Amino acid sequence: MEKAEQNTSNMSLPKSPTGIQGFDEITAGGLPAGRPTLVCGGAGCGKTLFGMEFLVRGATQFNEPGVFMSFEENNEELIINVASLGFELENLIKNKKIVLDHVHVERSEIEETGEYDLEALFIRLGYAIDSIGAKRVVLDTIESLFAGLPNQLILRAELRRLFRWLKDKGVTAVITGERGNETLTRQGLEEYVSDCVIMLDHRVTEQTSIRRLRVVKYRGSIHGTNEYPFLIDETGFSVLPVTSLGLEHIVSNERISSGIKALDDMLEGKGYYRGSTVLVSGTAGIGKTSIAAHFAEAACERGERVLYFCFEESPNQLMRNMLSIGIKLEPWVKKGLLKFQASRPTLYGLEMHLAVTHKFVNEFKPDIVILDPISTFDIGEKEFEVKTLLMRIIDFLKVNQITALFTNLTSAECSIESSDVRISSLIDTWLLLRDIELNGERNRGMYILKSRGMANSNQIREFVLTNHGVELRDVYIGASGVLTGSARIAQEALENSEVLTRKHEIELKKREIARKRRALEAKLATIRTDFGSEESEAIKIIEAEREMIKRLEQDKIEMAVSRKAKTRKNSTKNLKK
Amino acid sequence: MKDNKPKIKGPSDDFDLTLSKGYKDKYVLRLYITGTTSRSIQAISNLKKICQEYLEGRYELEVIDLFQHPGLAKDEQIIAAPTLIKKLPLPFRRIIGDMSNKEKVLLGLDLRELKNEKDAQ
Repeated sequence: MEKAEQNTSNMSLPKSPTGIQGFDEITAGGLPAGRPTLVCGGAGCGKTLFGMEFLVRGATQFNEPGVFMSFEENNEELIINVASLGFELENLIKNKKIVLDHVHVERSEIEETGEYDLEALFIRLGYAIDSIGAKRVVLDTIESLFAGLPNQLILRAELRRLFRWLKDKGVTAVITGERGNETLTRQGLEEYVSDCVIMLDHRVTEQTSIRRLRVVKYRGSIHGTNEYPFLIDETGFSVLPVTSLGLEHIVSNERISSGIKALDDMLEGKGYYRGSTVLVSGTAGIGKTSIAAHFAEAACERGERVLYFCFEESPNQLMRNMLSIGIKLEPWVKKGLLKFQASRPTLYGLEMHLAVTHKFVNEFKPDIVILDPISTFDIGEKEFEVKTLLMRIIDFLKVNQITALFTNLTSAECSIESSDVRISSLIDTWLLLRDIELNGERNRGMYILKSRGMANSNQIREFVLTNHGVELRDVYIGASGVLTGSARIAQEALENSEVLTRKHEIELKKREIARKRRALEAKLATIRTDFGSEESEAIKIIEAEREMIKRLEQDKIEMAVSRKAKTRKNSTKNLKK
Repeated sequence: MKDNKPKIKGPSDDFDLTLSKGYKDKYVLRLYITGTTSRSIQAISNLKKICQEYLEGRYELEVIDLFQHPGLAKDEQIIAAPTLIKKLPLPFRRIIGDMSNKEKVLLGLDLRELKNEKDAQ
């Protein structure tokens, strides 16, 4: 709205903001102020509502009272019809903010008797405008006059005059017109109202209806030229100008956990970027939802708000199923951090989905949005539409710094990569889950196909759903590729036993050395004792020898004494000799 | 019919009553004009002539300028000018234009059939 007002002041052409969500953005400020605008379209495309919302918003938000001149529905019908959209007309009428005037033209009551004009209608409208100081006028659908008044020449001249008169009055007018065969309106009103023409469209493709709005012409102003989807719900009209979003959103360096530690480790140990778009794709029953649920749980634990769109399961079923792998989501729902939004994708058209997504995101203001799965949109040959839908959702979420996680079911027949190719460019982090069929088993493998802005792991990891969540197992590469399941377990056992044997061998070696050392020491000891005994023997012999020598001397002396050959003295003399 | 059920008096009885009274009824006419344009003046004079010719003595004509009473345009569901409204006798009729086509005015006032009836009689 701010932007719209700013534009109004900048532009030479003054504009009158409609207050209709999104419309003021595509018209850079609203309808041309003080000029008539033609709103045309087929039956039931929302022309009356557009006009009514223009008036109601004008009266409530911009303090511009308005006159609604209806040529089809009477006042009571109008009040009831728009009450279902949250407009309390009765109060506005009471407070002189809006005047309803039902112009009833009944052909059977009218007799043309000559020249006439529609001056009475002018007076009537002028009176209504002046009675509340109206700035806005809606004529819905003035073409009904053609049915009531037979003289077309007069009517056409008078309509031309009427639109001129409205311009002179300075009121911003919305004139609705039924769509014609080859012209924008059945009676060619576009000839008279040439300042701004808006076309509403309501078409049904593949049994789902899509409402679209296009600014055909806007004299003196820039405007978006695309067909914009719009939505009519209990809060009124909303146009989604999301295709106009550029790639100029702010990016965050913050990383948030995926809820699975091993997966975080694969993503540089930190997880996804905040505000990025994560796609989890894989075949049926591979655990996409489990990964999404992990992410949701982790986010709730951080105190963030999560909006979970489930298109295949009911919230209760999903919560029950996730409980089986140990993810408790229910407490977070009760706390109000997690909100499920379950609906069948076929319930509305794609545009409606977009609109509904917008609405819920704006209401709930989540930090994380999960769409599970996006493949269900892909019914029939709507590839382009699906892509633009996703692109718009992604753009919208990115601008709001919301991290998005999509799951996508891929069919087994075609290669996973190619089936997702149309959205791959929109995705920042892409996790691929695939089943690996080997040894008569089907096991789950996961790898990161891409992850923008981080050095992610290139490993294919086996992932297992346990009763405490998703677990990523280490990878074994065998002769025929990655080993999974029982092959992996066998490999694990093999490696374990190898380790054991090796340990055993080391143990053996150690023991042998110890034994050898002991043997050596024993030998050394015997040698030492042998030597010791020899040594002591030798000493003994030496002593004995000495003893012997002594004794011999003694014996000599004693013999001499006994022979009395010599005295003791002699003997000593002899000895001296 | 109405003689058979005199006790119940509904709108259709009024309608029957009105019809039975037929052309003797008083005409209540309102002519709405927008200022003194030539068309307005013409319409007034044309209408007066017709009234004098066919409804002498049993009509009530009121000429209203919508510029003076703009609120009436909404109340009376008028869009074209001049518009003549035949309030009575029923059925309710609007006759628009400057009343220059006399045949059509008579048709609108239910006076043409009347004339034919008279001729038939």
